[in-house]
Amino acid sequence: MNTAEAVLDIDAIVIGASAGGVEPLGVLLEGLPAGFLPSLLVVLHVPADRPSLLAGLFGARCQLPVREAMDKEKVERGTVYFAPPDYHLLVESGRTLALSRDAPVQFSRPSIDVLFESAAQAYGPAVLGLVLSGANNDGAAGLQAIRAAGGRAWVQEPTDAIAGAMPAAAIARAGADLVLPIRDLAERLAHLRTGRAFAI
Amino acid sequence: MPRVDAEVTAQPLPLPRALQPGDELQPAGADFDLELRLLLEGVYGKYQHDFRHYAMASLRRRIRQAMSRFGCATVSQLQDRVLHEPEVFAGMLQYFTVQVSEMFRDPAYFRAVREKVVPILATYPFVKVWVAGCSSGEEAWSLAIVLHEEGLLARSLIYATDINPEALGTAQAGIYALDRIAGFSTSYLKAGGKGSLADYYTAAYNNAIFDKRLKAHIAFSDHSLATDTVFSEVELVSCRNVLIYFDRDLQARAIGLFHDALAPRGFLGVGSRESLRFSPYADAFTEFLRDERIYRKQ
Repeated sequence: MNTAEAVLDIDAIVIGASAGGVEPLGVLLEGLPAGFLPSLLVVLHVPADRPSLLAGLFGARCQLPVREAMDKEKVERGTVYFAPPDYHLLVESGRTLALSRDAPVQFSRPSIDVLFESAAQAYGPAVLGLVLSGANNDGAAGLQAIRAAGGRAWVQEPTDAIAGAMPAAAIARAGADLVLPIRDLAERLAHLRTGRAFAI
Repeated sequence: MPRVDAEVTAQPLPLPRALQPGDELQPAGADFDLELRLLLEGVYGKYQHDFRHYAMASLRRRIRQAMSRFGCATVSQLQDRVLHEPEVFAGMLQYFTVQVSEMFRDPAYFRAVREKVVPILATYPFVKVWVAGCSSGEEAWSLAIVLHEEGLLARSLIYATDINPEALGTAQAGIYALDRIAGFSTSYLKAGGKGSLADYYTAAYNNAIFDKRLKAHIAFSDHSLATDTVFSEVELVSCRNVLIYFDRDLQARAIGLFHDALAPRGFLGVGSRESLRFSPYADAFTEFLRDERIYRKQ
């Protein structure tokens, strides 16, 4: 299979990043071309008590619209959504965004597992989960749920990550379809062609 | 050939075993959702608590936690216990709803209420405030402090409503663990507090007990945004991080209640990532303070 030209039926890409995750996330988002079709939903662990600057920070470096998620918002294609600080971000089956202030999961709110598990339910096989640098094991259970529902899993190579524990935990628990350094993941992602006929 | 009587010969099937530590819960999927809908119907029919229009994605997770808590491998097993053991239903309320609250949470909101909304409310002879979905009451007490410091509490009444009797009990008692107070104090000051939060409570046995004089202006009451109607005209509704737990239909109902309850030009404050934009009432309100999510009835 020529993976650079791989055709995946992907509607959404969910990304989890924690310690050391800002840089690889930037590499991924910067590389995406205008007109990129799948929606992107991102959990980056940030301190709860600070106003989020993530949407502004990454928006300046990304050709796609970047927003902080608003409750009940319809998930638009080719748009990057960040989980707001101190809220879990989820997707409903009707593909609208949902927020919650349920208890932190493994000390994290937003939690990568919470996003990934809801995306597995909402998108089934049409979702790709990506786990990047981090120092805990958030995302491992979520990635397992994504794979169990037929979705894909890509993981930053632990030795390529500033904090390799989170990608390593994800690989150990869920396995992965692709484990590569961030530059290679970014290239694959940018060239991702979807075989999906999008409903607008 | 002798007739075999099925009733006599059939072996009874083994009863489902209670959940053991390490057992897998029912997987997510179509059956889980089907059984969850049946559970919500059952709860509504038996206890008149209507969670049928709660946002599903986060509810699924909380129901899973409840299944672990009550030793049920499937939602149907949980339903059996909820319907036949009222004390299990009472314990379920904390899973159907989310009980997290803090005093002066999102200080910018309380600062905006103090600096931008209260001066307008102060022109009214009497002010009624509705804290809808007040949970354990932290926001209602916070607003009472704001109104007190702005000299308005003496002619104010705050309705603090919730569906959870246990949470309302906590709210009414006004007793919070002392180890939470440092965080509350920081937020109080960031929200423009004019004194010290310590002016409003006495510490005893690792608890902070809030001042009865504030409580005289708060009416705690059972009220459901899903099934009850408007009970009073109010000038300010504060309903923050409650609408996120509702689906769009129920959210529309709740906002409709707020609209009906609000006096002309009354204020509605919602959570920092909540919006009226996706509701049928979007045009019935104007954005008064966009960043702090305070709307004003047209």
